[in-house]
Amino acid sequence: MSHDQKSIHLRDMHGLTVQGPVEWTEEEKAEIAAIVAKYPTQRSAIMPVLWKAQRKWGWLQFEVLKLVAATLSLKPSEVMEVATFYTMFKKEPTGKYLIQACHTLSCALLGADRVIRHIETKLQLDEHGNSPDGKFTLMRVECLAACGSGPMMQINDDFYELLTEQKVDEILDAMAADRPLPVPRPEVDQWTYTPVS
Amino acid sequence: MDVYPRILSRIWGVPGSHTLAVAEQHGAYNAARKALAMSPAEVTDVVLKSGLRGRGGAGFPTGRKWTFVPPPEKRGGKPVYLLCNADESEPGTFKDRFCMWNDPHQLIEGMIIASHALGVRRAYIYLRGEFEYVQRRLDEALAEAYAKGYLGENIFGSGFSFDLYTHLGAGAYICGEETALISSIEGYKGQPRLKPPFPAVKGVWESPTIVNNVETLAAVPWIIENGWEAYKAIGTEQSPGTKLFSCSGHIMKPGVYEIPLGTPMMDLLNKWCGGLRPGRTLKAIIPGGSSVPVMTPAEVAQANMDYESINKVAGSYLGSGGFIVMDDTTDMVDALTNLLRFYAHESCGQCTPCREGSAWMYNILCRLRDGLATEDDLVALRDLADNIHSRTICFFGASAAMPVQSFVTKFRDEFVARVESARAGLPAGLAVAK
Ligand SMILES: Cc1cc2nc3c(=O)[nH]c(=O)nc-3n(C[C@H](O)[C@H](O)[C@H](O)COP(=O)(O)O)c2cc1C
Ligand code: SF4
Ligand code: FES
Repeated sequence: MSHDQKSIHLRDMHGLTVQGPVEWTEEEKAEIAAIVAKYPTQRSAIMPVLWKAQRKWGWLQFEVLKLVAATLSLKPSEVMEVATFYTMFKKEPTGKYLIQACHTLSCALLGADRVIRHIETKLQLDEHGNSPDGKFTLMRVECLAACGSGPMMQINDDFYELLTEQKVDEILDAMAADRPLPVPRPEVDQWTYTPVS
Repeated sequence: MDVYPRILSRIWGVPGSHTLAVAEQHGAYNAARKALAMSPAEVTDVVLKSGLRGRGGAGFPTGRKWTFVPPPEKRGGKPVYLLCNADESEPGTFKDRFCMWNDPHQLIEGMIIASHALGVRRAYIYLRGEFEYVQRRLDEALAEAYAKGYLGENIFGSGFSFDLYTHLGAGAYICGEETALISSIEGYKGQPRLKPPFPAVKGVWESPTIVNNVETLAAVPWIIENGWEAYKAIGTEQSPGTKLFSCSGHIMKPGVYEIPLGTPMMDLLNKWCGGLRPGRTLKAIIPGGSSVPVMTPAEVAQANMDYESINKVAGSYLGSGGFIVMDDTTDMVDALTNLLRFYAHESCGQCTPCREGSAWMYNILCRLRDGLATEDDLVALRDLADNIHSRTICFFGASAAMPVQSFVTKFRDEFVARVESARAGLPAGLAVAK
């Protein structure tokens, strides 16, 4: 269950706003029409359109939710209800690199807590999980369906698996210097792993 | 190692297995051609006779589920929908990701065949939000299939037209429950709905709907191509075929393994998973994803990996096939506390016994873990767990209760020891992993 509703108002009250005008380009409008056409009801397009908005603006400010509602001829409350239920819809800005580290059983058995504590110390995260320069945000999350290759984390859209402290250092150092390493895709092309510990 | 038929993982590991060209070299879409030349009833009959059971967790016979869709004259003009459940969020389960990543065309082909059998014109694959990169791969595969005319209008000149789309969730475990998945794709909060009405009668957009797991649908092409007799010849009488097991925890070779149902659990552990780490002994195995009752080493030694054996030997379930192995370094109080945090976090909050029960069980376990609990807490824990079953809208409530009931019963000594060390003022036990 999500309790994020409050934070929307708080953030808006604090005057945090997304970058750029809150409106779709003509091209985006056409893409949204194509999304809507996939479903028998307009309402079903809420989640894909929220994703589109989040990719564009980084997070879902209330003004953005209102735009999504207007786009789909819905009430803002209907869109808000959906945006607040699903944890991946960001109701507040996060660092450029959002790290979601799994701490569920299979990963925990292989030392996830140790790896996560390492990330916290390395990035000097505050109690909200943000690094001092605002570049990184860490969230502890539940199972991301990569249990055989734990400990694992997702950074933005990509999975990083079979983590060790050393591997975490390599990945985060590269990101801190804004030269992210190539996404380690081969890990899912194989289906058996040699665990790290 | 034993020779065994690979059905679902047939082309995994072949370079480019996710592309249409490579998949077709290995026979992709032959089964769809064959099925579209058969009548829908014939296709359903083959799946029914094969004994294929749902791989999402409940193990319900797939062919039988398909026959629950009302005949056209009783649908009030409504279309039938097929939803593929790719939410894969039961802790310990990661097989569907491999199916979609390594062989997306097998799933697409399975959905073409199922849709022909069910009279479906439009179908959707619902992916958990974290699978955005898997969605990209599926969308590429869909585009290839459309370009070749394997999707869209008049497929293979059969007169059958069919559209298939992907739909991305956004982080809510409960959306794997089929009625929550339906709420979600309709654009609502992903909250489960009371059954009946069952989705097959009234599901998404008030229309008859079949929800099937990725692995279930991916098995269909092989069955059509090789016949139900060939499928039924693998596995056991009541649990035919092969199944993917997601193996994780304290084993030498974690991964996804396809083995015939009925394989001894010890074989899965020792032959496929490479056994335990050197010098370690087995403490427990959760055989079917985090929601099913845990098993002791004695039970593991007797059980086979099929729906009946696991239930008979240990009162547990094959579930989604998430095989979580714990060796003697595992603290069972910590392990259970970890699992209950998940359930307390993911309850959708509609039903009081589930919402409050999961949170209270987690609170008590935290106290126990931290050396602050008394005997009364153990009684209360058990009591809470026993009062969730069948008092909730969906099965999530029971899924939170079963780990508690089984851990506390089967590993009672560790829970009691924790209470006693608390009373004696000793420090709390080991961490799950040091
Ligand atoms: C709490 C809960 C979570 C579930 N999560 C999943 C899931 O992630 N994936 C899945 O395929 N089925 C899941 N199921 C089972 C579905 O409700 C449904 O039975 C299944 O998708 C049907 O497909 P099948 O017959 O092919 O197994 C879940 C059920 C419950 C009660
Ligand atoms: S049992 Fe739990 S998850 Fe299921 S509907 Fe009720 S509150 Fe929601
Ligand atoms: S437990 Fe970490 S990915 Fe499943």
